[in-house]
Amino acid sequence: MLLAPALLVSAVLFTFGVAGVLLRRNAIVIFMCVEIMLNAVNLTFVALAQQLGVAGQIFVFFVMAVAAAEAAVGLAILLAIFRHRQTLNLQNINLLKG
Amino acid sequence: MGSALLCITMRNPVSSALWLVVTLFALAGLFVLLDAQFIAVLQVLVYAGAIMVLFLFVIMLLNIGRATRSDIKGAWGLGVGVLLAGLMMVQLLALRFGAPPPQLTLPAGAMARAAAEQGMVAAVARPLFSTYLVPFEITSILLLAALVGAVVLAKRKL
Repeated sequence: MLLAPALLVSAVLFTFGVAGVLLRRNAIVIFMCVEIMLNAVNLTFVALAQQLGVAGQIFVFFVMAVAAAEAAVGLAILLAIFRHRQTLNLQNINLLKG
Repeated sequence: MGSALLCITMRNPVSSALWLVVTLFALAGLFVLLDAQFIAVLQVLVYAGAIMVLFLFVIMLLNIGRATRSDIKGAWGLGVGVLLAGLMMVQLLALRFGAPPPQLTLPAGAMARAAAEQGMVAAVARPLFSTYLVPFEITSILLLAALVGAVVLAKRKL
């Protein structure tokens, strides 16, 4: 059974994702860190699906769909922001009204 | 794990994205080890294929691929970030010792057996299209909304 090591890897990956979101200023890199976090959760789901039935794998399917939607909309927002402000550094993007 | 660490420390967004691809492939390998071959294939197709192409495309489009000075926050932000992340890590590692209740667990190898009996895809698809049909349809609406929303946001002028 690979449950314990998989959960360990998942915890570490999620932590890296959190650290990345907290430490970086580039909006695209922050999006990538969010993807890392989603993948860590997917790993947990798959690892537990081994013991608790196929529902975990189905949930991973939904998480992937949501991640794809999130990436598409998020990157579109980034495009719009970049066109407006010529920067992706979140330090300089501090107003909801452009 | 190492590739994920590199992904968050790389200065250049393009190398960051390429390390993320390595991470995603490694995760797909882990999924195969965990009796989830279908999910592993989906991972490679959707994440390493589609989402990463989207990321790289936006990076190239915005022309931020050149190496600039590091955008990692200064000492104060670094300290707070590492502290919070470490706190998260401790909590998650503590969770690891809570095993699922035994009356819920399937016998060992049940997933591999189900996959062998019904086929890998069918073992996932049958409940997906019966028990979880409503969430599946809602997902399709979500994807449609995301599609329309992305086009509207990224368009220069409507």
